[in-house]
Amino acid sequence: MSVELEEKGASLGDRLHPEPRSEPLVFERSGEGKVGYSLPPLDVPAIVAIPQSLLRREIEGETEISEVEVARHFTRLSRLNFSIDQALYPLGSCTMKHNPRTNEEVARLPGFAAAHPLAPEEVSQGALELAWRLEQVLIELTGLSRVTLQPSAGAQGELAGILMIRAALARDGNPRRLVLIPDSAHGTNPASAHFAGYKVRELKSNARGTLDLHVLDEAMTEDVAALMLTVPNTLGIFENQILEVARVVHAKGGYLYCDGANFNSFVGVAKPGLMGIDVMHMNLHKTFSTPHGGGGPGSGPVAVTAKLAPYLPRPTVERRPDGTFALDYDRPDSIGRLRTFLGNYGMFVRALAYICAYGNRIGEVARGAVLNANYIRAGLTGVYHLKYDAPSMHEVVFSDKKQAESGIQAMDIAKRLMDYGFHPPTISFPLIVHGALMIEPTETEGKAGLDAFLSAMRAIAREAEEDPEIIRKAPHTTPVRRVDEVAAARNLVLRWRPGGAGGGAR
Amino acid sequence: MKFLPVSENDRAEMLRAIGAPSVEALFASIPEPVRREPVLPDPLSEIEIRRLMGSLAAKNANARDSAFFLGAGLYNHYVSAIADQMLYRAEWLTSYTPYQPEVSQGTLQSIFEFQTHICLLTGLDVANASLYEGASALVEALLMAERVVRGRRRAVLSRSIHPEYRETVRTYFANLGLEIVEVPLSPAGTTDAAALEAAVDDATFAVAVQSPNFYGMVEDWAAGSSAARRRGALSVAVVAEAASLALLVPPGAGGADIACGEAQSLGVPMHNGGPILGFLSCRAEHQRQIPGRLAGQTHDAEGRRAFCLTLSTREQHIRREKATSNICTNQGLMALASNIHMSLLGKHGMREVALQSHAKAEYLKGEIAKRPGYRLPYPGPTFNEFLVEAPEPAAGLLARLAGRGILAGVPLSRFGGEENRFLVAVTEMNTREEMDRLAAALGEA
Repeated sequence: MSVELEEKGASLGDRLHPEPRSEPLVFERSGEGKVGYSLPPLDVPAIVAIPQSLLRREIEGETEISEVEVARHFTRLSRLNFSIDQALYPLGSCTMKHNPRTNEEVARLPGFAAAHPLAPEEVSQGALELAWRLEQVLIELTGLSRVTLQPSAGAQGELAGILMIRAALARDGNPRRLVLIPDSAHGTNPASAHFAGYKVRELKSNARGTLDLHVLDEAMTEDVAALMLTVPNTLGIFENQILEVARVVHAKGGYLYCDGANFNSFVGVAKPGLMGIDVMHMNLHKTFSTPHGGGGPGSGPVAVTAKLAPYLPRPTVERRPDGTFALDYDRPDSIGRLRTFLGNYGMFVRALAYICAYGNRIGEVARGAVLNANYIRAGLTGVYHLKYDAPSMHEVVFSDKKQAESGIQAMDIAKRLMDYGFHPPTISFPLIVHGALMIEPTETEGKAGLDAFLSAMRAIAREAEEDPEIIRKAPHTTPVRRVDEVAAARNLVLRWRPGGAGGGAR
Repeated sequence: MKFLPVSENDRAEMLRAIGAPSVEALFASIPEPVRREPVLPDPLSEIEIRRLMGSLAAKNANARDSAFFLGAGLYNHYVSAIADQMLYRAEWLTSYTPYQPEVSQGTLQSIFEFQTHICLLTGLDVANASLYEGASALVEALLMAERVVRGRRRAVLSRSIHPEYRETVRTYFANLGLEIVEVPLSPAGTTDAAALEAAVDDATFAVAVQSPNFYGMVEDWAAGSSAARRRGALSVAVVAEAASLALLVPPGAGGADIACGEAQSLGVPMHNGGPILGFLSCRAEHQRQIPGRLAGQTHDAEGRRAFCLTLSTREQHIRREKATSNICTNQGLMALASNIHMSLLGKHGMREVALQSHAKAEYLKGEIAKRPGYRLPYPGPTFNEFLVEAPEPAAGLLARLAGRGILAGVPLSRFGGEENRFLVAVTEMNTREEMDRLAAALGEA
């Protein structure tokens, strides 16, 4: 490390706080005889009342390591990550916004974090009330009738929603065979429809980037169970003909499913229930700012109309006439359950705390997100190519078309942004924009941060013309240089093995 | 509004740059009739949020303020302070799925380490980056088996498997043209081996058994794996109490092709049922059918070791409706907590936790069996949870005990089972004094 620092002309600050560039595996830090835990002495007889044939030997290869080394290991590893708390994290569609720490604190109260969902209801009233309250505010925000909090993430919410539609259609005599999905949709949409037993028909977007009503009209038959529509869509464009879309779908007896991944762009401003939407999942980790945690946990509540409410996963949380709360398992038309227990309850606590912080001003979330995205759009128009120029809501999708003339692709631009201190936008998605750069700044970014990002993007555009090589070889300042993902897939090493330096399963 | 850093002046400047007269004008594409302000209370300050949440939390009996014996797939094990406090670091908490490996090496390496721990514990070759929780992990394992053993339609599930896991499988399977055959328990409370053997046929793609089973009984993996192998199906080992993996024969050694279930016991608080931590591991030959995220080792442009997500051509963002699963994220932060916890406990600590949990459960079993009217319906070996039959309906009894600060168990009536029976779980967190208090209270309650 010291050699590298000297080569880079390290400052005194760098010497005092050198950035780690790599860290051994925790297994490589292990050493025989070291201990990282302590337990109380056993206060009952030490009995093993299990036949020898059902017992294992010691766990070969597991660690022996002190708490100090574990603390340092994970602290060093953490410093190899980029995070929202460092700077703008404009990963489009993922809604990387500030995570209030109050929410972390209250979710850890023992009455939530050390509670068990199978404790008697008499001693779990606060936990049930919180879930009920969250359902009530989500009902108010969506304008729909009931909400299940059970799905573990957005994708599971999609599946739950389509299963409810299927159950309602089956009850009416025919579950139908098809689900329509625009070509701009998240990949989870077709995957979820498939796992609900449907064939997927893709709808081609129009020149505006939105649903083509003629295409929909022609595709919408009485064999179509639902249209899965992302509102606003993954280009950040609101389906301004949403009411007509709903009419077309409903006229053939189908249901309008809304992928609510982008609810953050209109929460508190407009209500899905008024748009003719029958089902909508929400991502608590997007709109309601529960932390993304390096890739989960998510939480994907689903709101439905009164007609679909009998099919909600069970149990539901109900308020009895005497004001007490109870779980209702006795729901004969329910689609069943998608997981154990009540869902990612800890995310309910955080989301409700977040909604309470905004209260009746929650529309500020959407207004801030849309303002910031449009500021980014204005700042980069003409610098990067904008395939669809319909008005942007919370995100804007540019492409690498101009830079491609110098042989620079979206991936290269993404990597170069790291050198300027930003996380890259989402690239290569949505699929209908070749070389997509999908930028979502969120409402928790100030003008100074946005300006710095704009400067970086403009500088990269200039480099593409004047010095493309520096972009093609980027990143230059990250803990590792460009990572060879092709080699990872070709020579699979998916674990460490005892006694070997990373020998993998082949 | 403290989460919004754009000032009035900034807003005016930004609108000028955009060329819009107002923020409202930016919403012009949303039709008027669907716009509506929500009716909600005024915003709350941090003090008021703490007060509100504190008052709701205070109404819930929990493992910190009660003698606590609840389990049924969710356990009160020791979690080191570091495993939780590390999660507060912004670099872990406020990052996302490591799509860009150059700025995500911390998360990627942690996933790689987590995958390794799960492989070592389950005795299998490959593990994924985690799944939502145990029940959906079983679904994913069964669907994976169906892809490996092409052209078969039947999954054989032992009733030893957690009822909520089985209900989840029914929900997912309902429209996929797949059948479920459930195998009953023997009078001893374990999977009926003869019935299992008879249920597996040439249309079976998977045979799934849970151990310790829902009633706490330790099952022999060999019964399921040999029945599966004879008919060319895959055997799926379900583990809902992962602390047991440090003591019992691991699925891989027991002949399982896939292990799956719930790893909450390994470093994740109960969280009132979620977020918890699903896991899935398998033999190397099936790794291309594994669902969910995978971290792999590779190198950077200068030849240094690096990690990245790999085999993503299995996943929904590439394969769409042909993907191996619709899952997008893993259970990132929980997998990190578990990696930290497993690393701290390591080879000896995980075993000691398992041995203590088991020994204490044996002690409590003995004490409860001495109470008049109480009996243990299944006498065979258990790990840390066991079934008790009370002389009265268990739900009422357990509610009375809860009023006295003892969360004594989970009644089977919550799962449609015999109303006098309940499950009691014991971990290294329970003291002899608590167990004596529970046993004494059963005599009095």
